[in-house]
Parts: sequence; C-alpha cells; structure tokens
Amino acid sequence: MTATLEGGDWWGLFGQFLLLSLLSIGGAIGTAPEMHRYLVEQHHWMSNEQFTTAIAIAQAAPGPNLLFIAVLGWDLGGFFGMGVTMLGILLPSTTLTLAAARWGERRRDTRGVRAFVNGMAPLTVGLVLSTGYILGKPSYGEAWLVALLAASASISVRTRLSPLWLIAAGGVVGAVLG
Amino acid sequence: MPHLDPQQQAPARPPSPSAAQHLPQPSPPASTAVACGAPTGSPDDLTLRAPGSPGELFRVFNRLALQGFGGVLPIAQRELVERARWLTREQFVELLSVAQVLPGPNVVNLALMYGDRTFGWRGGLAALAGMIAAPLGVVLALTLAYAHFRAYAPVAGALRGMGAVAAGLIFATGVKLAPALRRNALGMGRALGFAAFMFLAIAVLRVPLLWALLVLGGLSCTLAWRRLRP
Repeated sequence: MTATLEGGDWWGLFGQFLLLSLLSIGGAIGTAPEMHRYLVEQHHWMSNEQFTTAIAIAQAAPGPNLLFIAVLGWDLGGFFGMGVTMLGILLPSTTLTLAAARWGERRRDTRGVRAFVNGMAPLTVGLVLSTGYILGKPSYGEAWLVALLAASASISVRTRLSPLWLIAAGGVVGAVLG
Repeated sequence: MPHLDPQQQAPARPPSPSAAQHLPQPSPPASTAVACGAPTGSPDDLTLRAPGSPGELFRVFNRLALQGFGGVLPIAQRELVERARWLTREQFVELLSVAQVLPGPNVVNLALMYGDRTFGWRGGLAALAGMIAAPLGVVLALTLAYAHFRAYAPVAGALRGMGAVAAGLIFATGVKLAPALRRNALGMGRALGFAAFMFLAIAVLRVPLLWALLVLGGLSCTLAWRRLRP
C-alpha cells in the first residue's frame, strides 16, 4: 500500500470512476488506459507494477474482468478503497442499463429496436473475436503460449469440455514451461 | 454435467411458435419473445426453462461467475444457453449486443438485464450480486497470496499459461456465436462481413470503440432498418 489518500482525494477518485463508468462502452477493461493515466501518471497513487499486477490477478481469478478495479481500490485503501472504486464504476452503468433495457423491452417489436438489435449483433461477434485477439497479445511472442492459445480455442470450439479444465491445464503447462 | 444436449449445437433450427408459452414469468409472455428479424423458437426451445426465483438467479450466476477464469463470457454462454437453457443462442447474442453498447462490463450488464427481465429489479440485483460477491472474495484472497508468492517463478509461468488459454477461450466463444447470425435480418453474408470489419477496426487498426460503433453500427443498423421494411 503505497498511497496516502485524504478526504478530498477520495471524492476526486469517486467522481473519476463515476465518469469512467459512463464511458465504459464495451467493457471495463477498455477503461484501463484512462485509469492508468489517472492513478499512476497524474496522482502517483500506485506504481506501474501494481497496476499491471491488478489486471493480471483479476484475469487469473474467476469472475468478471471488472474485478481488477476492486484490486486497484484495495491497493489504494483496503476495504474502503474497494468500496469507493467498485461503487463508482458500477452505479452509473447499472442504473443506465436498467433504464435502457426496460425502455427497449417495451418497444422490442418496433422496427427501430429490431433494426438496432439486428444491426449490432454482427458487431458483437466481431468485438468478442477482437477481445480474444487483444488478450492474446502477451502470448504471441512465444511458441508454447501460441500453441496453448490455439489448442484451447480449438478444443473449446469442437468439444463441450468445461473451460475450467482448459484453464487448469494452462496453469500447469505454464508452471512447468514458463 | 447432466444437461448435455448435442442438439444445441445443431446448425439448423426450424421455427416453432410455442416456445414462449413455456416460460413461467411474472412479466407478460411477450417479454420472452426474441426481437429478431427471423421467427423465434426451435425444437430445443421446447425445453427452454426460466429461473424459479431470484435465489435461483443468484445461484446460477454465482456458479457461472466462479467458473469464469479469465473472463465470464465463455462460461455464461455455456451455462445460460447450453446447461440452464434460459436463453437460446440467438437470445444470448441479442442480450449481449445490447449489453455491449451500454456502458458497463458486458457480462455484468447481461446479468442485470436478464435478472430484471425475469424478476424486476430484485432479479437484477440478485443476478448482479451472484456475479460479483463470491469472485470478489477470491480475487482478494489471490491478491494477498500473490503478494506472498510473486518471487516464485512457476507462479508467474502459471499466470502466463492461464492468460493464453483465457484468450483462446474468448476467441472460441466468438466462433461459437457466429452461427447465430444465420437468422439475422441483414442476411448471413452481410452479417459476417460486418463482424469481419469490426474485428479489423478494433483488433488490427485499434480504432477507438466509440467510433467503430458509430460508423459500422450506423451502417449496419440502417441496412437492417431498410431490410425490415414492413
């Protein structure tokens, strides 16, 4: 815990995360560069290494990737910090999502909503593929990691094996070869 | 894993109109129909189920979140579509599409919207809590453990190996969702084209997401609008 935040800092942090919540279209991980700029470069509340580790841990753990934000909060100030960052990142987006989902639900059979949903579906598929590609970037430099990535993708497409086993296998292979 | 059903992966899904009636839900039955260009339903929709209580929502979303190493999306697809059968593959892509364009983490939005659709705000909160509460505890435990063991090389290697598999799994999810575009109002070919352009823009050219969504989304939605002409 390197940071020493005071009263006003916490309000600033909370406000920053409220704002980022509304900008997090396409997922929380997309806001990571902006959080890095704010926490590491502008305020020096944490080190580069701390920030990167938070994301790595959240990706290795089960649950939504968004939990890297909980780790950032924890590093800044334990349970209180975690509450501030998580509440900040969740409150605006959940409220907006509920309102928008209900609005769309009532009009789901109108031509406009159907055009929107049908038009967005292919972009969603493209975005999921992009996420896989971008998350794989740290692996492209080493043959065994590329093989691991390709093998797990191919097994997952062809079989109905639980992803849990593949992740576990990846961990074992990594511990031995890495 | 008791609910394995090879039919679920079958590409051909001829329509059957009776699906929505099998879902016991407090909201009007219309809310379970798919707002899709193509008719909804298929033989496997006959066994489409619905959560019985907010508690069940909490349990299923908790279970899928705790399995979701390196991202919940692949597990969410498997649990909600293939195991719990709460959603068809088409409904899943639709929910995800809406979750994707709204701010907030996609899977969290998806849980929130599905919970809200079945049990109102209580359902939304139950699904959201199920998604976050237990994984939060695990992440905390890992954070403390990592601080202890980070100098140990196999731990770093295992993290990298799991990262590679996680990326492969997300890639596979995209490949598995692609057949859902078959019933898209744009037509399969155009829909795949838009998916490819999106990949090019985001993964290769690194265009900011907002611009990609505005330009490509504007085009695809306009095209869908014209093809949905009554």
